Amino acid sequence: MKRIHINEQYCIGCRLCEIYCQVKHSKSKKIIKAFKEEASDMMSRVLVEEIGSNSFAIQCRHCIDAPCADACISGAMTRNDNTGVVNCDEEKCVGCWSCIMVCPYGVIKRDVKARRAASKCDLCIDEEVPVCVANCPNEALKFCEDKNE
Amino acid sequence: MALKLDQSEFEITRNDEKCIHCEVCVRQCSNDSHQFDADESAVSSKSENCVGCHRCESLCPTGALKISKKEPEFKENYNWSAAHLKNIYKQSDSGGVILTGMGSDKPHTVYWDHLLFNAAQVTNPSIDPLREPMEIKTFIGRKPDKIEMEKKNGDFVLKTKIAPQLELSTPILFSAMSYGSISLNACKSLAVAASSFGTFYNTGEGGLHRDLYQYAGNTIVQVASGRFGVDREYLAKAAAVEIKIGQGAKPGIGGHLPGEKVTDDISSTRMIPEGTDAISPAPHHDIYSIEDLAQLIFALKEATDYAKPVGVKVSAVHNIAPIASGIVRAGADYIAIDGFRGGTGAAPQVIRDNVGIPIELALTAVDQRLREEGIRHRASIIVAGSVRSSSDVIKAIALGADAVYIATAALVSLGCHLCQKCYTGRCNWGIATQDPYLTKRLNPEIGLKRLTGLLRAWSLEIKEMLGGAGINAIESLRGNREHLRGVNLSDRELKILGIKHAGESW
Repeated sequence: MKRIHINEQYCIGCRLCEIYCQVKHSKSKKIIKAFKEEASDMMSRVLVEEIGSNSFAIQCRHCIDAPCADACISGAMTRNDNTGVVNCDEEKCVGCWSCIMVCPYGVIKRDVKARRAASKCDLCIDEEVPVCVANCPNEALKFCEDKNE
Repeated sequence: MALKLDQSEFEITRNDEKCIHCEVCVRQCSNDSHQFDADESAVSSKSENCVGCHRCESLCPTGALKISKKEPEFKENYNWSAAHLKNIYKQSDSGGVILTGMGSDKPHTVYWDHLLFNAAQVTNPSIDPLREPMEIKTFIGRKPDKIEMEKKNGDFVLKTKIAPQLELSTPILFSAMSYGSISLNACKSLAVAASSFGTFYNTGEGGLHRDLYQYAGNTIVQVASGRFGVDREYLAKAAAVEIKIGQGAKPGIGGHLPGEKVTDDISSTRMIPEGTDAISPAPHHDIYSIEDLAQLIFALKEATDYAKPVGVKVSAVHNIAPIASGIVRAGADYIAIDGFRGGTGAAPQVIRDNVGIPIELALTAVDQRLREEGIRHRASIIVAGSVRSSSDVIKAIALGADAVYIATAALVSLGCHLCQKCYTGRCNWGIATQDPYLTKRLNPEIGLKRLTGLLRAWSLEIKEMLGGAGINAIESLRGNREHLRGVNLSDRELKILGIKHAGESW
């Protein structure tokens, strides 16, 4: 499957990935409107980690053997065998945060703003390229087939 | 002191309707022009810190920022321009030489813009480069006095031994920029692009980083007055060696890379202790005459087994023609002439804006003199110093150049916005800086795409113009000044350029 590959050498810490991720998952999908009117409900699903001049953007790795799906008590977190995408059904999620406890990458966040549900990358499945990748100004994120699979 | 007479040059306008306070501008500015106020949860700007590099404007996701020129409201005075006043304020404050970066921005005559290229009509056919072959391959190096052939086993073979040549797929090379003055990522972008396009880049005087050894076949290494990083391996990992005497932006002036930029990597590349100032003396202390230059040229040829061209780079100065003649007679395989509009990472403003002569006039003076002396073929001429477009390239070739060096154009292609603050080491585009937070902004993979895009575009345009003039090889244009006409030039200028005025025919 196509995955998001991180090229941390060229991450410039601008956080445009986070901004476009929030817009993509907003109601209006319009950047100015989303930030002006929905800011209190928005959360980025990609996270930029930064220490000094080192930074990288990380989002759900969509593990084949996804521990979050195993840990989920309500069946909300599942891995789609066709697409390989690990997704959280926010209707089913009860907010027990078991997934957060087991995620080895720390890329699932508690969304208690708009709804009580686990918030994570959905790989922008309806887009050709995830918005964080498409809007990275320095190609620090790449969307390509995983050679190891 | 609190009294600040020097005013800021730019005004940052933030459109509050568009600003989403995402802080991208705050993170991108190395000059602290934008701040995030946590109490207000809002971003604000400090125009006085802005250098006009347009990084924030380029990355702002909503187009909320506009950087505009701030015109100080000095009383209008033709003689005492705002630039003069500002310089005096600055110097009274600092008591020092005013430093600047990039080429001169003063309104000196740009002769390229007074030259017009010819096209074929009726009496000779124009050529469509998309349908017919068009040759822009160029060779840099000494050409033989004559060609002798001999018959061997029924075939004619070349008897004359040809001096080493550089083969260029297009008559454009990347000019000298050292690792130190620019970042390693910028050097890598230039090296990879030169190697993928079939041309050359130049290390400048900063030594050759080990990561760039793999591009040896497309590397011109410089031997300058500081001799930084010059050793046997340096000469071995190059396709040609260039002795740097002068630079167009600062003729007669040496170089100074401050100690704080001499990081671990730069110190090992330049072969000097970490943290020490890298000082290139103004002269080569072993070159005080053409004979001394000949000694160095032949020492380098000896060290490279006479297998690599050895060139000499000089700035365009008043007596450039006899100087060039001496350089050719000293044995240089090519001569690079850098005009006074040429760029730099740091130069005293007074030198940059007032010393040297325009490259167009220097080029024609040199080409003419070498032809008159019958030694033009003994060295190729590469010109530098503000070649801004494919039309500048083609005009330079028609005036007599073999190829051109581009540096500012290459940096612009990598994102440079000519803010002229290279010497501060805070380049927001990751080019003229060694700060790891800033250098990673230049991804060499993107650099490669952009630089090869530029070379490709210019090469296509050169072919179009050649075809339009009914010429199918760049060799047929070289020094063919009949293809140029001047506009708005005096008789004396036309005479030096060796061209007719527009409207004059055979």
